[in-house]
Amino acid sequence: MQREGYVPPTAGGSGGGAGRSGGGGGYGDIPRQTSMKYLCADCGKAVTLNKGDPIRCKECGFRILYKERTKRMVQFEAR
Amino acid sequence: MAPTKEELERRRIVGVEAERVSNVTSTDFPGHYPGEDYAWDLERFRKSLKIQIHKANDLDYEFDLIGVDASVANAFRRILISEVPTLAIETVFVHNNTSIVQDEVLAQRLGLVPLRGDKKGFQQLRWLKKNPDEPAAEATDFNTVVMALKVTCTRNHATPATETDPEKLYFNSSVYARDIKFTPQGRQSEWFSGAGEIRPVNPDILLAKLRPGQEVDIEMHCVLGIGQDHAKFSPVATASYRLLPSIRIKQPITGEEAEKFVNCFPKGVAEVQTDKKTGQKKAVVVNPRKDTVSREVLRHDEFKGKVELGRVRDHFIFSVESTGMYNSDELFLQAVQILKKKCVDFHEKLLDS
Repeated sequence: MQREGYVPPTAGGSGGGAGRSGGGGGYGDIPRQTSMKYLCADCGKAVTLNKGDPIRCKECGFRILYKERTKRMVQFEAR
Repeated sequence: MAPTKEELERRRIVGVEAERVSNVTSTDFPGHYPGEDYAWDLERFRKSLKIQIHKANDLDYEFDLIGVDASVANAFRRILISEVPTLAIETVFVHNNTSIVQDEVLAQRLGLVPLRGDKKGFQQLRWLKKNPDEPAAEATDFNTVVMALKVTCTRNHATPATETDPEKLYFNSSVYARDIKFTPQGRQSEWFSGAGEIRPVNPDILLAKLRPGQEVDIEMHCVLGIGQDHAKFSPVATASYRLLPSIRIKQPITGEEAEKFVNCFPKGVAEVQTDKKTGQKKAVVVNPRKDTVSREVLRHDEFKGKVELGRVRDHFIFSVESTGMYNSDELFLQAVQILKKKCVDFHEKLLDS
């Protein structure tokens, strides 16, 4: 779960809770990528999916995958 | 025209009767008693004010404040709770939090962690003026303390498969307050160094629980604040006072009744004393301070008219419990300073207008 290794969401992906502005180009100069990283709900392994891939864990075949949490900083007031 | 000693003593007592309290208002103000001058006088105040310290630990302080009006004692209590500034986590920047505790809940928990550090260093800190338009613009090493919390849970492969205790199965299965690390900015490394480093008072506060693969990575900004703004800034766990109970035996209570009388009070309040010459047993009040004023004596007919319960109007038993940033004895002095400053400010305002 290295922050540097994080793949920003693509047009089909999600921006997480922090909200994205506009369409897929919300991150400015970061190029669009076609693969997305998910987490298997069963075995917990990271699953990389490309566009058109079946939604399925490559290790165990489980069909439920979680999106990763956004790595953008989220600010809260400690109140 | 001067009142008798008994009369003065009577005025000092708030009566506690079976079903009501009597004589509750103080009467030591000008114009209440004809011929008696109660104009406020510094010399008289100086003479009548007494302070007795009964318990003085780092976090727990009990003392008697004698000879002031309830309004003054209450002002000190309120200032202790809500106006003595302390440092607390105010903004939480969550880089990553995959634990089950939600970001906003964790942020609130972090805010309530009491912090401590070098007291001289704290004197360098100033207020952070909040600007809603640019929240982070004003932060400097003089008004913001940065803390970091970065914990990742991993599996401990050395444990046998039969192990069920998560503390042994995993590394960092719990996030504690001790994991909050001070990140000095600018000159803060001079002010808060070594043992004076800013750290949580209680290292064992459980903040969140983790399982392998989960991570908490948080940066926190701490600022000075007062309890009025949020309870996390309050420097005291409790600051309270009670009036000294008084038990007056009007007629001697002897024999069997004496035993019963003593049993009406908590241990150590009253005791039976035996007269050496006559061998008669007699009830004597030893330490009314320990009394809870349960009024149990007033329920028994045999003590009717023989005993009077009350509280001493100007004898405040103050108890201050610090949360740890300041020692509890310093806190009362700070409260006095704050009240003094308020008075000076008000006086200046009056002179200006």
